[in-house]
Amino acid sequence: MPTYTFAVNGKTVTVDAPADMPLLWVLRDKLGVTGPKYGCGIDVCKACTSHLDGEAVNPCVVPVSEAAGREVTTIEGLAEGDTLHPVQEAWLEEDVAQCGYCQPGQIMAAVALLRKNADPTDAEIDAIQNVCRCGTYFRIREAIKRAAAKM
Amino acid sequence: MGSPTKSAAEHDEGAVGRRRFLTFLVAAPTLTLATTNLAPDGLDAAAAEAGVPGLPQPADIMDLGDVLILAGTPTANLLVLEVTEDGEAHFELPRAEVGQGITTAVAMLVAEELDLPLSKVRVRLADARPELLMNQLTGGSNTIRSVYGPVRRTAAAARARLVAAAGRRWDLSPDRLVTRDGAVVAPDGRTASYGSLTGLAATLPLQGLTAKPKPESEHTLVGTPTSRIDARAMVTGAMRYTLDLDVAGAKPTMVRRPPTINGTVRSVNNETAVRAMPGVIDLAVVPTGVAVMAETFGQALDAKDALDVTWNDGTVDALSDADIRKRLRAAALPFVVPPLLTRHVDAEFDFAFVSHAPLETNSAIADVRDDQAEIWAGLKSAIVAKQTIAAAIGLPEDRVTVHVRQSGGSFGRRLFFDGALEAAQISKAMARPVKLMWSRIDDMRHGRARPATHHKIRATYALGQVLTYEHRVAAVETDLRHGLGEILTATAARLPVAGNLSFAQTVFLTTVKVPYDFGVVTELLNEVPLKMHTASWRSVYSANTRGAEEILVDELANRMGKDPVAFRRAFLKTDRQRRVLDKVAAAGNWGRTMPAGFAQGVGFHDEYKSCTACLVEIDARDPGKPRVVRAVIAADVGRPINPRGLEAQLLGGLTDAISTTLRAGLHIDRGLPLEGSYSQFHYARQKDSPTDVRIFIMPADGEPGGAGELGVPAAVGAIANAYARATGTRPRSFPINFDVDFTPFPR
Repeated sequence: MPTYTFAVNGKTVTVDAPADMPLLWVLRDKLGVTGPKYGCGIDVCKACTSHLDGEAVNPCVVPVSEAAGREVTTIEGLAEGDTLHPVQEAWLEEDVAQCGYCQPGQIMAAVALLRKNADPTDAEIDAIQNVCRCGTYFRIREAIKRAAAKM
Repeated sequence: MGSPTKSAAEHDEGAVGRRRFLTFLVAAPTLTLATTNLAPDGLDAAAAEAGVPGLPQPADIMDLGDVLILAGTPTANLLVLEVTEDGEAHFELPRAEVGQGITTAVAMLVAEELDLPLSKVRVRLADARPELLMNQLTGGSNTIRSVYGPVRRTAAAARARLVAAAGRRWDLSPDRLVTRDGAVVAPDGRTASYGSLTGLAATLPLQGLTAKPKPESEHTLVGTPTSRIDARAMVTGAMRYTLDLDVAGAKPTMVRRPPTINGTVRSVNNETAVRAMPGVIDLAVVPTGVAVMAETFGQALDAKDALDVTWNDGTVDALSDADIRKRLRAAALPFVVPPLLTRHVDAEFDFAFVSHAPLETNSAIADVRDDQAEIWAGLKSAIVAKQTIAAAIGLPEDRVTVHVRQSGGSFGRRLFFDGALEAAQISKAMARPVKLMWSRIDDMRHGRARPATHHKIRATYALGQVLTYEHRVAAVETDLRHGLGEILTATAARLPVAGNLSFAQTVFLTTVKVPYDFGVVTELLNEVPLKMHTASWRSVYSANTRGAEEILVDELANRMGKDPVAFRRAFLKTDRQRRVLDKVAAAGNWGRTMPAGFAQGVGFHDEYKSCTACLVEIDARDPGKPRVVRAVIAADVGRPINPRGLEAQLLGGLTDAISTTLRAGLHIDRGLPLEGSYSQFHYARQKDSPTDVRIFIMPADGEPGGAGELGVPAAVGAIANAYARATGTRPRSFPINFDVDFTPFPR
């Protein structure tokens, strides 16, 4: 079985896995990184949204071979120690989460958006496709705006 | 085999191994229990001015929540509260947290009664506790209603013991002591922390201690907007749901399911080949399909997809939407009032099946051994789950431990325990611990759904009054076998219904009522039993039944020449209801001029001692792609515990209504839903959500009402009414835009 080396949340890891194994299962089942959630497996619910070299990706459809030599950041790698990322802070201040299952993905999507666009319009926020089945969208929108103001 | 592994859940809660002192089961004297107020709330004089007052409906006299409280009363005070040496209060909640925020609300109640900072209260979900009998069911918007008194009494008893312990230590009378910030304070300023007192408090005799919860006028935390106690874990990825637990040996497992609902395995044709696939550990045929265990879920998924299975027929193979709709129409009971005698409005409505589609699919961990078993799952009916699983795997109930995990949404789905039961069956078949996950496609197609319904409504009117109002609901049977039958049986003598009603009809009549004075009102349910996977969906019958009624109310107002808000104002039964309606009308600037293609709509709903109004503005310039752009909601829940959490529930109800009214439903085609993921089942996304939402919570005035499901029906009505006004159409079939705009996944 091939071996892949890459960084997860700043730590170098090496895994044995078939080249086409989705990164989501490498993270969750081989590395015990459970922040990214399974919601669909086909890149439509976006619950697993994480970053690959700083760009938002959905590990459920990224083969592990694509991660080789690169930097994977999951929700667990967003805060610096106990200091939360401003987007996480904004999420707490707006009390966004209900069941919380989609929120790691929502936050990672918001961070990626704000990196590209420090002051997104409503239309740009609308482009985030992550499903929140509890229907917290309005609070997500308010939290993104709050985070943008902080950053 | 060795004994089951220790609960991983316990490790992350950090409570194991700590010495516990003040640990006791409190059984408060029965006389301190507040009798549920069964009087219909406020049929006040003002109500009589406008409409023809009808008799109270059953749900006015006793609603489903009252029934649940009544059934749970004998064990309502069997609550477990611990005060630890480090001064924390640990409370075990015999309910399921699925996102509704009850752990936060309950922590607030405990903190309030103990005068303890909220950060020092931990709430853990209790394992299934059969001794609680009918008091471990999370449903019917009933958690806060049912635990508000018992939790406060339990915490007040703990506080009294801590005060008594301090009195003993200082040789002072307890009535000279006060509590503040997690400590007992003496008149001379000496303080003793709860942690330092808990050992002594545990040894005090129970006799002679009286404890009464604080008067509500003294509440400083309860009733104030408070953030979720679990929010930080959620935003950092630390929150551990069932599938995130590391239970030793429990390996990823998935099930290959039949091409039609309830199909069964005839033969597995390539078992050897699949067993040889990378990572595959085991394979077993179970009642629901073929289970495959592998080293990773990716491999389990590949292996289950590679299976070649010959299937037996399912239970509804010949059925498609058109057949179901025909059966429902035939099942709707006839009206009593003939249409010829007076002026009337008739309308019929259809609602499609709707998946609960919680983001966390059905999932569970099971470790079934020869002589015992341990289960982990999100379970709203934990005791029934335990009993059913024990019977299915052939173990005595007391050999089955069922851990309730916080889970990723429910909306009614987790009233049932399909994943937990299946995981137990697989674990028994494989003789290994199992970590079971349903694929999204399976969760949507073989998971439970809200049943399709058909509605016929007739209202007659004359001289500015509504004289009669009849509503006939025909619904595919809603599975209520999660303990509700036992509860209704136990409370039968007290139920405000007569005759030989089915359980479903009783639930219908104790949840649905018309909030208006519409003269002679009859609402009847008739079910069509089809062997499909159904369950209550947020607000049970009310989303469709009351949603349709709110649409009819607009049409009736129009016929009678009245503005929709003015009409509702005139016919609502109580001033309390009118205040909520007035709030949204004023805050939402009802009646303001809208550009072409835009419109406002309003809806009202009253259930479980709470009421709410919703005003929305819709952009339906393209009727095929409408968007609710603005929403104003007001709610009176009697006594809000956490207004911030309550607003979250109402926001969720709004989004559910946007989804199910406009686009989200399931098409049944030859025995299986066509929809298999969120790209096909169109639950709202950010782009479908309003950019302006304002929610108003009315001030506390009474006991807490139910609120978890409250938000849906009023919003369904408001959205449909806004759509009708914006487009000049009369929506009759929901969701309104429901084309099959996708290529279904293979069966």
